[in-house]
This record gives sequence, structure tokens and C-alpha cells, in this order.
Amino acid sequence: MTPILSVRDLTIRFGNRTVIQHLNFAVDPGDNLAIIGPNGAGKTVLLRALLNLLPYEGVIQWAPDVKLGYVPQKVAADRQLPLRISDLLAAKARLLKLTAQDVSLVADRVGLTPELLATSVGILSGGQFQKALIAFALLGDPNVLLFDEPMSSLDELAEERIYELLRDLQRERHLTVLLVSHDLSVVYQFATKVLCLSKGKSCFGPPREILTPETLEAVYSAPLKFYEHHHDH
Amino acid sequence: MVHSGETYAVVLALFFAVAAGLVGSFALMKRMVLAGDVISHVALPGLGLAFLFHFNPLIGGAATLFVGALLIWQLQKKTGLATEAMIGVVFAGSVAIGAVLTPKEDLVEALFGRFQDLSLVAFLVGVAAVLLIILVVFGFKDELILGLFSPELAAATGVKLERLNLYFLLVFSLSVLVGLRFLGALLAGSLIIIPATTGRRLTSDLSQFLVVSCLASVVAVGSGLAVTRYLLPQFSPGPVIVIISAALFILSLLKKPAAA
Repeated sequence: MTPILSVRDLTIRFGNRTVIQHLNFAVDPGDNLAIIGPNGAGKTVLLRALLNLLPYEGVIQWAPDVKLGYVPQKVAADRQLPLRISDLLAAKARLLKLTAQDVSLVADRVGLTPELLATSVGILSGGQFQKALIAFALLGDPNVLLFDEPMSSLDELAEERIYELLRDLQRERHLTVLLVSHDLSVVYQFATKVLCLSKGKSCFGPPREILTPETLEAVYSAPLKFYEHHHDH
Repeated sequence: MVHSGETYAVVLALFFAVAAGLVGSFALMKRMVLAGDVISHVALPGLGLAFLFHFNPLIGGAATLFVGALLIWQLQKKTGLATEAMIGVVFAGSVAIGAVLTPKEDLVEALFGRFQDLSLVAFLVGVAAVLLIILVVFGFKDELILGLFSPELAAATGVKLERLNLYFLLVFSLSVLVGLRFLGALLAGSLIIIPATTGRRLTSDLSQFLVVSCLASVVAVGSGLAVTRYLLPQFSPGPVIVIISAALFILSLLKKPAAA
């Protein structure tokens, strides 16, 4: 199978700080790639480089027919902006020359009710905001979704619903998903491949090879017990 | 007796008011009030040179305005304290240079403007400029909206942000330029900001916001011109317009903030 994305010898620097060094991995169509690692390991930076929003060295090669949808971890939107979700979706739809029907199809699919569509972006809850971002990403019918998991804005139920939605969307639309995750239980359930980033080092492979106590300990420089404890809550 | 030169000037002032309300609304959302003030003040050295060497003040103003816009554009790409400080330096520096350059008897006019009759050509050029401003703002409305919400998502959607910011600054400068003669370098920027602030207080919806900002601007300009023509001819319209504009804003404070 021809990979939908291949990354070769990718290095990303900010000034003299190297965040990602000589990274290599490939993603096949339909893959679920989970990107894991401790805070500051460069997970979000990697997504932004894949979207060509950052300068980098090395090769990032997407398949020619690729269409990217991006769900950022957070949007530092000014809460005072007089913008409703529908304004944002309509603006993107007009830029991509889509119809109002395309917008309502996506809104329906994601579960954005007319009330939510008419709500100002500044007063949405974490879960509603996430839905809005997903709808925004899905407009234009992407075949690859880059999803930067929110750290803390969602409660567990909302989070579960979002992943359920992601799984359904993936099935329906044959999406390839690149997911930055802070939650290893999600990665266990969801990923077909795992890329771990840690202090300029990386590892890449199927979950059963990467998600071992030894590798995780090395990646997070902390005993796995911490995670077991964490998930008991 | 109202003659055509005066009619032209009044009509252009009202056209300017619409452009100012529109551009101001986006400037307010982009949080570039400070940069906006700098842009209008940067016109002062140009006005000074024009008065000094007796050429058309608008040409002098235009030259320095667009240099100012390019400067701010470059500064916007960088962030942090250095930029803020730089903007402060440019701001104060250009007022000082302008004050030194402008002949004493013209200084008040350069700072606070003077209402004067317009030739048909000047009127048509002004109206064309206002139409261009409105067309550009509406033409790039969607890009601007996405950029306001999230520069990152806008870029991921294919919006060229740097170019967009430049266009916006140029349109902003053009608005200042249209208002420059009758409002003066100190006040031209304020008519872009104050009505938009009023509009924002009163609305929580984008389209309503744009409409109310433009209305607040047109009301301030229209009533300011009427007051100085019929009631208080000893005052120049610029300051009166800005005072009315500020009064409208204070009135808008009576309403609770639109969005929580």
C-alpha cells in the first residue's frame, strides 16, 4: 500500500532549541496513528508542521489526493468576538465554495443543534466547542483528520462521545486519523499505530510493541504505575 | 446657501463615516486599536511637510501613512514587549516630528482638521476610495472572520494571513486618509475606533455589529456637521464630531454588555 503520509528525517527547531530530531514514520490510508509523549515533547508542533504551518527540515510527503481537516487542541479565541458557530462554518464554506447544505449536513452529523449553531463562540462549553471545531474540520470533506486532543476542557462523558463520533466518522468516511493523545486508554482502544515523542527521541510501531511498560516508562521517564493510578480515578 | 462644493464635502464625510464604522468594527475585533492610532498620527509629519512646502496635504499625508502602514505590518509579524515599545516610539516620534515640521499657523488644522469645500474631482476620488474600502472589507470578510477566530485554523484553511493583514492595514490607512482633512491627524483614527466600540456594546451578532457601528459613525458625522454649521459655527467640525461620537459611546454604556 502506498502511504498517505511519509515523514523522513524531519527536524524542527525554534531558534537553537531542537524540538523534533530526525523523525521518520509513515501512515497508510485508514490508519489511526496515535501520537503520544510527555508535555513539551513536540506533539502539537509535529501536527502544525504536517499542516505546513511551521518551518521544518526534512521531508513531509502527503499523497497527492489528500485533503486535511484539523482540530486544534485549543483556540485562543477572544471570548468577546461577536461570532456564532454558524458564522464560522459559513465563512469556511464560502471560502471553499461549498453550499449551505454542506454546512447543515456536517452540523447534523456532529450534533450541532440550531441553538448551538446560533451560540456565540465565547460562551460554549468545552464539549460544545470541540464539536464546533470538529464540524469546522469536516467541512470540505477531508480524508485525513489531524486531531489534537484537548487536555482538560472535557469531562469524561463528553470525551467518550467525541471518540465515539471520531470512530463513526472514520468508518463512514474512510478517514485516516492522526491523533495527539494524552490519554493512554484512548490510545489502547483507538490506535492502529503509535508514534511516541520524548526529548528529541522517538519510537514508532503497532500498539502492542510500543505500549509496553518498558517503552512507556522510557517515554514518560516515570514508572507505569503512575498511569495505572491515574486511571483509577 | 448650500453650494455644490459644500454638498460634496458633506456627502463624502458621510461616506467616510460608513467606511470608518466598517473598518473600525474589524479593527476592534482584531484588537489593533493602538496600531490604528499610530497610523493616523504617522500622517502628521506628511501633513507638516505639505504645509511647509505648499503642496496638497493629502499627498503628504498619504505618503507617510502608507510608510506607517508598512512599518506596522512588519512590526505585527513580531510580538512581545519590543513591538509594543516600538509602536509607542513611532507614535510619539511622528507627532513630535510633525509638530516641529508644521508651520505654527497650520498646526491646529493639521492636528484637528478643517472642514472645507471639495472640488468635483476630489469628491469623486474620495467616493472611489470609500467604495474600494467597502469592497475590500466585504471581499475579505470570510478570511477576516477566520483569522479573528483562529489564525492557525485560518492558515490551515488556506488563508494567507500576512497578505490579509497587509490589505487590512492599507484599507485602514485609506480610511484615515479620507477622514484626514476634516478630522485632522489626531482625530481621524478615533472616528474609526469609537463608533465601533459603541456598536460592540450594543450588539452581539456580527451583521448587527457592523450595521450599528456604521450608523453610530454616520450619526456622529452628520450631527457634528449640522451642529457646527447651524448652531456653533465658531467650532471646527472634527472635535465636535468626536465629542458626539464619544457621547454616543457613553450612552451605550447604559445598556448591559452584549456578550457575557
